[in-house]
Amino acid sequence: MATDVQRNVARESFYAALLDDNAEKLYEQAPCGYLSTTPDGLIVKVNQTFLALTGYTRDDLVGRRTFADLLTVGGRIYHETHYAPMLQLQGHAREIALELVQADGGRLPVLVNSVLERLDDGAPAVVRTAVFDATERRAYERELLQAKRRAEESEAHATDLARTLQKTLIPPAPPQIPGLDIAAAYRPAGTGDEVGGDFYDIFELSDGSWVIGLGDVRGKGVQAAVVAALARHTIRAAAVRAGRPSEVLRVLNTVLLQGDVDRFCTSVVLFLRRIDNVWHAIVSCGGHAPPLLVRSQKDLSAFGEPGTLLGVVDDPAVVDTAVTFKPGESLVLFTDGVTEGRRGREFFGEARLEAAVAANRGAAQSIVDGVLDDVLAFQGDYPRDDIAIVVVGVEAATPAP
Amino acid sequence: MSISGRADGQPMVFAHGFGCDQQMWRHVAPRFADRFKIVLFDHAGAGAADPSAYDPARHTTLQAYADDVVRLCRELELRDVIFVGHSVSAMIGGLAALSAPELFAKLVFVGPSPRYINDADYVGGFTDDDIDELLDSLESNYLGWSSVMAPVIMGNPDRPQLGAELTESFCRTDPDIARRFARVTFRSDNRADLPRIKTPTLVLQCSNDAIAPVAVGQYVRDSMPNASLVMLDATGHCPNLSAPDATAAAIAAFVAE
Repeated sequence: MATDVQRNVARESFYAALLDDNAEKLYEQAPCGYLSTTPDGLIVKVNQTFLALTGYTRDDLVGRRTFADLLTVGGRIYHETHYAPMLQLQGHAREIALELVQADGGRLPVLVNSVLERLDDGAPAVVRTAVFDATERRAYERELLQAKRRAEESEAHATDLARTLQKTLIPPAPPQIPGLDIAAAYRPAGTGDEVGGDFYDIFELSDGSWVIGLGDVRGKGVQAAVVAALARHTIRAAAVRAGRPSEVLRVLNTVLLQGDVDRFCTSVVLFLRRIDNVWHAIVSCGGHAPPLLVRSQKDLSAFGEPGTLLGVVDDPAVVDTAVTFKPGESLVLFTDGVTEGRRGREFFGEARLEAAVAANRGAAQSIVDGVLDDVLAFQGDYPRDDIAIVVVGVEAATPAP
Repeated sequence: MSISGRADGQPMVFAHGFGCDQQMWRHVAPRFADRFKIVLFDHAGAGAADPSAYDPARHTTLQAYADDVVRLCRELELRDVIFVGHSVSAMIGGLAALSAPELFAKLVFVGPSPRYINDADYVGGFTDDDIDELLDSLESNYLGWSSVMAPVIMGNPDRPQLGAELTESFCRTDPDIARRFARVTFRSDNRADLPRIKTPTLVLQCSNDAIAPVAVGQYVRDSMPNASLVMLDATGHCPNLSAPDATAAAIAAFVAE
């Protein structure tokens, strides 16, 4: 319980503070710098706190300097291009971060609020500005900014790494093969910032036949890319000794099972041999969609058996399917980023793929471009999965080698 | 973009400068609505412009912004355009008039500068360090920009209830775009283009402008074959806001010539 004496003391100090805190002190000793300027910015009145913060005397400022004069040059540009227009347009500007140049040339980080007061006829009368010392806050914000920049740099670095890694999964450009017309496209998922697991390769063997390998390692990211690189190089190495595509896939299966990789992959390998001026194609698939054989505008069919996924069982069911590959015909190899391209719950699917191929039949490049455009458009230009397409066609007039 | 005024009138296209949006013209443009067709727009990346219009790969030069202006004029099938450009948009208009001179009848440059950074004898008013300081300033002031506010600021024409918040968003831009536009603006050098701009041009110069000093305005007039200069008794870089009467009067006199 408060005694009467205690109550009297409290009441007396309340009145003393009330009497002491007159308008003059409220202005001069306010816990923020305070200044009034003409609408053009010329300082007409300034409080003691502002003078203490900046080190100027009242005579230095009043009637002589504009508020913008006290800013750094960069801050002055910001003032002219943002602060002043904002003040004119909406009558106030809040929480603007600026630096004041102090009398001794030092810089004081401040947060500034301003209001523009207008006359009855709407003409601007006076700008009142409160200035808060923001030294510590700004130091902290700078640290935040630096952390943000570092994060952005790491992100850029990671993206760069992903793109570099991605380049090792595909040849720089499809080779020129006499008698064949080859084109390919690769489009990473999303914005392409993350490396994916699709790969393809086109190379020649010493006996003059050609090999096309294309595949998809499940998942995304560096782990998937490492496996994709392994798969690509295994196909290259195995093709040298293997007599047919299914043997290549068996070697790849063994490598995936033996290696310290916890990923499986799908792949299609195609051998192209020219015997007596006629091209023969042999295909084998390991859990992969068979290529599309395009014989004519209306004759499009899957060529080969899907086979089993690689890197799962010891003895995968992979078979070879052979076909005579005639002038004017094309083979379309693709990853599931094409057929499983999604719009909501709907897949792009085989029918759309066939339609895109039929509509763009002719040069290999035109088929590749047509399919890629359609798949991307179907997904609103934002593919959820990597897309790889290789098209090979036999040129109409095949000269003898 | 907004079109108002006389549908069959000669078109006046008003372009805002770095830092703000078409609101910069709200005290000036309406005064021409009785005789002219008024076209107001926000540059890509500014104000309520469609966010997808801004292309960081393309909008790296003022020419890209000028190409946008030319495309706008062609899409609206404008002829004999009077282009009024504030600040950096003066040079954007000049470049547009060089790209497609047949579209433009007259140019009005409000506070133009063909180069902001000093170079040998040329005094643009700023050094490289000053511009770095500006970029810092931009960065400090966009700490308050949050992903929550962004959609509001970038425009929601289908949600008028956001109108109240939108009034708070004057002169606010995506921080990345603001920094990029600042770089494009303040590192530009269009001095060599000025003598080639044959379109009749009015330079409106403020008597006390921290961004585009009087000497720069005079340089622009002297470098162009067909330009005149009117000095406005105004402080600051935005006479369209601080001295709308004088600004509009000078433009009116020029377009009546």
